[in-house]
Amino acid sequence: MNLLIKNGRVVDPSQGLDDVLDLLVKDGLIREIGKELTAPSGVETLDAAGNYVVPGLVDMHVHLRDPGLEYKEDIVSGSRAAVAGGFTSIACMPNTKPVIDNKTVATYIIARAKDVGLCNVFPVGSLTVGSHGERLAEMGELKEAGCVAVSDDGKPVCNAELMRRALEYARGMDIPVISHAEELSLVGEGVMNEGFTSTELGLKGIPRVAEDVATARDVMLAEYTNSPIHIAHVSTRGALRVIRNAKLRGVRVTCETAPHYFTLTDDAVRGYNTNAKMNPPLREADDVAAMREGLQDGTIDAIATDHAPHHNDEKDVEFNVALNGIIGLETSLPLSLALVDQGVLSISQLIERMSFRPSHILNLGRGTLKVGAPADITVIDPSAEWVVEAEKLASKSKNSPWLGKKMKGVAVATIVGGNLVFKR
Amino acid sequence: MAEFKHKDIIALQDLTKQEIELLLSTAESMREINNRDIKKVPTLRGKTIINLFYESSTRTRTSFELAAKRLSADTVNISPSTSSTTKGETLADTALNLLAMKPDIIVMRHSVSGSHYFLSKKVPCSVVNAGDGAHEHPSQGLLDMMTMKDRFGRLDGLKVAIVGDITHSRVARSNIQGLTKLGSHVFLAGPPTMMPPGVERLGNVTVCGSLREAIQDADVVMMLRIQQERQGKTLMPNACEYARYYGLNPENVKLAKPDAMVMHPGPINRGVEMSSSVVDGDQSWILKQVENGVAVRMSMLYHVCGGELE
Repeated sequence: MNLLIKNGRVVDPSQGLDDVLDLLVKDGLIREIGKELTAPSGVETLDAAGNYVVPGLVDMHVHLRDPGLEYKEDIVSGSRAAVAGGFTSIACMPNTKPVIDNKTVATYIIARAKDVGLCNVFPVGSLTVGSHGERLAEMGELKEAGCVAVSDDGKPVCNAELMRRALEYARGMDIPVISHAEELSLVGEGVMNEGFTSTELGLKGIPRVAEDVATARDVMLAEYTNSPIHIAHVSTRGALRVIRNAKLRGVRVTCETAPHYFTLTDDAVRGYNTNAKMNPPLREADDVAAMREGLQDGTIDAIATDHAPHHNDEKDVEFNVALNGIIGLETSLPLSLALVDQGVLSISQLIERMSFRPSHILNLGRGTLKVGAPADITVIDPSAEWVVEAEKLASKSKNSPWLGKKMKGVAVATIVGGNLVFKR
Repeated sequence: MAEFKHKDIIALQDLTKQEIELLLSTAESMREINNRDIKKVPTLRGKTIINLFYESSTRTRTSFELAAKRLSADTVNISPSTSSTTKGETLADTALNLLAMKPDIIVMRHSVSGSHYFLSKKVPCSVVNAGDGAHEHPSQGLLDMMTMKDRFGRLDGLKVAIVGDITHSRVARSNIQGLTKLGSHVFLAGPPTMMPPGVERLGNVTVCGSLREAIQDADVVMMLRIQQERQGKTLMPNACEYARYYGLNPENVKLAKPDAMVMHPGPINRGVEMSSSVVDGDQSWILKQVENGVAVRMSMLYHVCGGELE
């Protein structure tokens, strides 16, 4: 499909662009950017006046639940949710059934996603066999099969020696390691952030230091082994401080946070709201402020959703019994755009953290509108107001803390490889 | 008289000062019934009350059952195994099945904090909390307050010391919520491993560095149960050391006011949080607490049913 996107405000931090421009897409690639381009014959025109035209958004942390847990989400519904949220590429975590610790599962996901044909899906392979944290997974084979990183996400690698060796081995295979940093002995039976709210609600707390300690360990192991490491879902000021200091020393560390960590505090748990239960847990106002500072000063490289669909039966239960996680693909963009409205980030900085940098961390070769690049493009109406309604979400699961809440900003068109896969 | 408009009683945090006072004053009327030869009134005749206890309990369950029977309600006791929340039928399904039997009130004890709010959303009948996790134990809080009021005629201005594992104590939370609403000043003590963050923000609460500091000039000294199976792992070295630094004994009890009352929600570990001579001593109001428990629970059941006192 060939397409001329006209009159949009093209924001592309990869080439320092922020101007009203036209953009010509041909044969799946970006062919031309400039003022007042005219559509060659047979090329459709998309009017983007008043909208942002940005490199397709990249979510480097998604749980697609396929194979094995399709009652929560599958590659079809997850891809639909992604493109509705403006994402053209997503990386899916390996805690499926079976776990993505072998070529077969990785190949299935990639093939299935191609069949579905909506967004690019890049599997993250398991760091250890079965994500059991005992033996290294076949990282070489996983990479060859198309995995873009390795991780035991969902649980930490408890054994420090194993983590050290995983970092070293992954460096040899040139595949990034994503760390779920959590010291389980400090988490204990905790179910929410430890603080005043947990005291009042009588719920067992998860102290912030459980994340800080584990982050410090993994960053130090990365430094010692001179290996790159990416810290997933950072939620505490302490963990961020560790990462910031390490970056200053030249450690090859990158990190992400999720919209809920820069938007919500553990106050959202009040009423024993299981849609505010996730891991790491929602923290306090000071941590939310820290996430915003980290996004602003670049310590936080990427915004990722940690999209974690769960069935209503797994959430509509007593608080302790409810599973961790919330969906995020369809609310990430408006929640992140709020950072621009609030003056935390420029639109260019935001798009960098939602597209170019996550793509760069995973070596996806995307996140850019440079001529010749794959035509992954998101067109955003930043002022459209809408309400999050369960029945209108593309995701199979509806476990969002923002149900019934007003949002501002939405993807109006999502183009993947030159195909208009979503239009609102 | 103030009206009681709640369908449920889940937490003293959810009640106003006036509502708590109403529950306490009704409890005083109910106590009179308990002292009659024929300890029964027809107030809740024809009502069905289910006692659903996911955690074992002798005192609280018996007390709720007696309270219901003295008001002429029909009662059923159900004690699902504690593992059923994770293994078998869900709480929601259990509740819906019980509901099909048309109860008017479900009195529940559950190990998960907040599970009564969850239950309340699932059932139209009243829900009364007999203890949820480390959150609240409102009937215990009310009976403690009633007992203090018996002794001093007021709650306003009392200095109440609560000593022990505050983090895991629903008794402490209900007492803090209720007492501070009614004008008492609560002083907390216990090893720092058992003191939850921000607890001083729950009301007029002071966290003390030692047992002595908390009970100095106290009107009430309330000792909490230490469960060796829980706290014994990392929260304290052992019961012996706990008794030495945080236990109430005939010596340190003298730091409290001479007419101070000593309380305990039970069951007591004699020689751990309290020495036997204090448990059985003149200042002990522990058995009076138990007696008031029935009256307070009668009051709670009566008010959630919205009935008229005959």
